[in-house]
Amino acid sequence: MSRSLRVANGGSIRRTRLLSFSFNGTLYSGFEGDTLASALLANNVRTVHRSFKYHRPRGVVGSGAEEPNSIVQVGSGSKATPNLRATQIELYDGLTARSVSGWPSLRVDLYALNGLLGRLLPAGFYYKTFMRPRFLWSWYEHFIRKAAGLGQAPREADLDHYDKLNIHCDVLIVGGGPTGLMAARAAGRAGARVIMADEQAEMGGSLLSSTASIGGKKPGDWVETVVSELTRMPEVILLPRSTVTGYYDHNFLVINERRTDHLERPDPRLRRERIWRVRASQVVLATGAIERPLVFSNNDKPGVMLASAVSTYLVRYGVLPGRKIVFFTNNDSAYQTVLQLVDAGMEVVAVVDVRSDPQGDLIQQVRSAGVPIFEGHVVVDVRGGTSGLRMVLIARVNKTLDEILSHKGELRCDVLAVSGGWNPVVHLHAQSGGKPVFNEECASFLPGPSVQNERSAGAGNGTFGLADCLREGAEAGRRAAQDAGLTGDGSVDIPKVESHVEGSLHPIWVVPNGLAEGRGGKKFVDLQNDTTVADIRLAAREGYRSVEHLKRYTALGFGTDQGKLGNINGMAILADVLGQAPGKIGTTTFRPNYTPVTFGAIAGREIGSTFFDPTRKTAVHQWHVENGAEFEDVGQWKRPWYYPLPGETMNEAVRRECLATRESLGILDASTLGKIEIRGPDSAEFLNRIYTNSWLTLEIGRCRYGLMLGEDGMVMDDGVTSRIGEDHYLMTTTTGGAAHVLAWMERWLQTEWPHLRVYLTSVTDHWFVTSVAGPNSREILTKLCTDIDFSADAFPFMSVRAGTVAGIPARVYRISFSGELAYEINVSANYGRSLWQAIMTAGQSLNITPYGTEAMHVLRAEKGYIIVGQDTDGSVTPGDLGMDWIVSNGKDCIGKRSLSRQDTRRENRKQLVGLTTVDPTLVLPEGAQLLNEPAKEFPAPMVGHVTSSYFSPSLRHSIALALVKGGRSREGSMVYAQLIDGRVIPATIGQPKFFDPENQRQKV
Amino acid sequence: MLEINCPWCGPRDQIEFSCGGEAHIVRPLEPENLSDDDWADYLFYRKNPEGRHHEQWCHTAGCRKWFNAIRNTVTYQFETVYRIGEDLPEKTSR
Ligand SMILES: [Zn+2]
Repeated sequence: MSRSLRVANGGSIRRTRLLSFSFNGTLYSGFEGDTLASALLANNVRTVHRSFKYHRPRGVVGSGAEEPNSIVQVGSGSKATPNLRATQIELYDGLTARSVSGWPSLRVDLYALNGLLGRLLPAGFYYKTFMRPRFLWSWYEHFIRKAAGLGQAPREADLDHYDKLNIHCDVLIVGGGPTGLMAARAAGRAGARVIMADEQAEMGGSLLSSTASIGGKKPGDWVETVVSELTRMPEVILLPRSTVTGYYDHNFLVINERRTDHLERPDPRLRRERIWRVRASQVVLATGAIERPLVFSNNDKPGVMLASAVSTYLVRYGVLPGRKIVFFTNNDSAYQTVLQLVDAGMEVVAVVDVRSDPQGDLIQQVRSAGVPIFEGHVVVDVRGGTSGLRMVLIARVNKTLDEILSHKGELRCDVLAVSGGWNPVVHLHAQSGGKPVFNEECASFLPGPSVQNERSAGAGNGTFGLADCLREGAEAGRRAAQDAGLTGDGSVDIPKVESHVEGSLHPIWVVPNGLAEGRGGKKFVDLQNDTTVADIRLAAREGYRSVEHLKRYTALGFGTDQGKLGNINGMAILADVLGQAPGKIGTTTFRPNYTPVTFGAIAGREIGSTFFDPTRKTAVHQWHVENGAEFEDVGQWKRPWYYPLPGETMNEAVRRECLATRESLGILDASTLGKIEIRGPDSAEFLNRIYTNSWLTLEIGRCRYGLMLGEDGMVMDDGVTSRIGEDHYLMTTTTGGAAHVLAWMERWLQTEWPHLRVYLTSVTDHWFVTSVAGPNSREILTKLCTDIDFSADAFPFMSVRAGTVAGIPARVYRISFSGELAYEINVSANYGRSLWQAIMTAGQSLNITPYGTEAMHVLRAEKGYIIVGQDTDGSVTPGDLGMDWIVSNGKDCIGKRSLSRQDTRRENRKQLVGLTTVDPTLVLPEGAQLLNEPAKEFPAPMVGHVTSSYFSPSLRHSIALALVKGGRSREGSMVYAQLIDGRVIPATIGQPKFFDPENQRQKV
Repeated sequence: MLEINCPWCGPRDQIEFSCGGEAHIVRPLEPENLSDDDWADYLFYRKNPEGRHHEQWCHTAGCRKWFNAIRNTVTYQFETVYRIGEDLPEKTSR
């Protein structure tokens, strides 16, 4: 099929480096310096894509980020990357790419049938047809997505590495074209720390496809001179292949740098992409402009391209996209490309200009070159197929460009180069908070007043002449450096360039075709989403008058190209239908990212299961591992859950651990409880305000259980706090609540009670804590510790003593969470394992049994001790728990006033009760909903739910704690747990205490 | 991401901070003497201005100090920051 469209010489490709690549399974060749798009064009590949909705054949339209059609998937396996623009893919040897749609092939597309059914697929078709009934959507979606074919994410894990950098700079310059280069030069000379990022492989921007001399040099040579000056400046960073994808608050910008995708065999040590997170004092937006297409019948056919793209392919890549080219324009810039073609000895069939009397230097030059110019004409339709255009049909148009006066006939050609003017790239300005304003002269939006420390310059600011861009760039760079506080001399000479007198542009949003509205070939506005003029007009008629609604209804600008080509035309067409000026309608919101960013880059190194939450392990963790513990995550901590013996099930292990503790001796690693040192003369007063009970009378060496509430009166945390010395307390908190409690108490101290002399320090990790529980705990402690008197009188329940356990300095607390006689031994964390092993050895004869969190839960539930966060959920007061006794009457504390609010005084609040199932072997599921009677129909009124539930080995029946409406007054009555599998389990309400209700065992 | 000027440490990224909501809410000295309505006003009701907002922030991943700030809820610009207990800068008095 392919005659090569490569011209004999010219372009900045390296013709000595021949590369082979495959596209949709066919092998082609190109040169180093090509993009995939330029290489495909050189190989005369016209159709690269099938469109989203109608599956029409589409060819390459643009030459950069704006490209809507040539969307491809590159590579395979873990390297596969979907939805890339062929215009931005640098060619390398062995590259494989395929189009992301067009099944089974681009030439024969079954879905092109959709095109025949076109009239049945108007704007909002998907909403109207598929959204109801709702449950069928997922069924439809499968087929719609398959037909749309937007690439496939790889299934394999990504083997590449990605990085993130944080950096500050004085001046960030976005865009390395003539404007950006001058800005960088000026800012750099002034001594600024400069970052200049450009999305292309090399700096130069529009100069890369320019033939006009600059400062007496060829454009490429001039770029090289500037780049080499910048490279020598130590504070200037040049980032090619780097897209500034987002502009956020306070001059925070994100750059996506692609480092290896253009390489055939990248060094595996290289990071594939990097995200630069930049905080810039000043930003210069030299983002350039994107040419605007013209909207006419069948304007989507392969062979219709932007005039600027034709120029780029010729000058930069040495590819002539066609042999017979017709131009269609409403402004002077396309004439520059005509002249480039003429200079290169190529045939230009004609220029069709909508203006009846275009004036300008370039037009004169084209005329003298002998190229016919059809003034006051338009292209009304084009003919062609998958292999390119055959002809365009032209007609005379009236002066207001809305009526065809006479049909003129056809022009034979294979490419139609169009130019409807230029849209400044205002995306980043808009992201920064600026409001783009409509400018009549260029019939597009220009940056509005700056909101952040940014300034636009060059084509991105609506300044199109090269001389003006150079001057504006230099000025922007100089002033940005100044505003960033640099005092160096940022002056630069402005190189001389040839300038032309240009005629003005005549906007035309929809080209008439002489037929009634809706007749003739479709006029496409957004090529990626197949949004047509008819769709926009229909949407407006149906009441979608806001441009944001229009976008969502017609999908205008919704593609991966974000409407870089189509949006301005679309908004102007809507304005026209509504009879408003285009500027009135405004733009849709410009959101990050400017072009798509891979998930790899976004994630960076923050991958895997452990990154976001650090894993915390106790000092004895390795012993637990060596002894077969199963672990459970509690907050960030790994806690032993239970210690199964070989062949033992979880239930069997938990039963053994519970019974051993009740009958003789158990040992628990309790290090994870939060521990906060409280020091200072006002500590007792502080505790008095934080906890509900009174703390002014606690003696040194004694401990007290405390409950803390939020100011809303709801239980927030609990724990035992002990008085170590005169002005010295140690608070314990729940494992999960430790950080929050510390931060919360700090806030009260800093913001509300700064006069209290109290100092808080987290010491959770400093201590290793083990609880030794069971009737034999006193015996083993006496064996291991000789300097503390463990007799009941000398060392009563709820007190603390300092001494030496197994030769290790320790604090020993006599407290109990199991209801047994128990001691908690605290030693410096470094001694944890020696202490643990000493206890294990000493306890052998007493059948000492390590127990995990599951047995701990069973033991405490048998006693009815709550766990905050399990038996409470942020809506539970002390009264709901039956703990009114712990709220002191004689003083205020955080949350106390809320306990007498109307809602917290309510009789029928959910209250903590105990449940015993009628069938003692059935264990209720935690979270089960409770009903007063088995449900006859659903929904049924619910009266509560199960918060904790276990089988009690000591009592040999199941036990549960539950919150039940008015539960305390319902002792002895029945509730029914309605399970999701349909079973109903009856249970009897009782006291939330099952074992040793008189609390005798812990006090012996 | 905002850049926030901690009055103790200087400008740092927002990721180091947490916002505590409206500033200058004083805990009543004698809550038990308040009506339910007055207590609810202290407990629940917060300003939601479009524009200048007095806020408490904490430099959580830094010096852990709480401080006050005046931030514009529309532009996200910080007008000023000041330490707890410091008077409001005069021009910005409430
Ligand atoms: Zn700080």
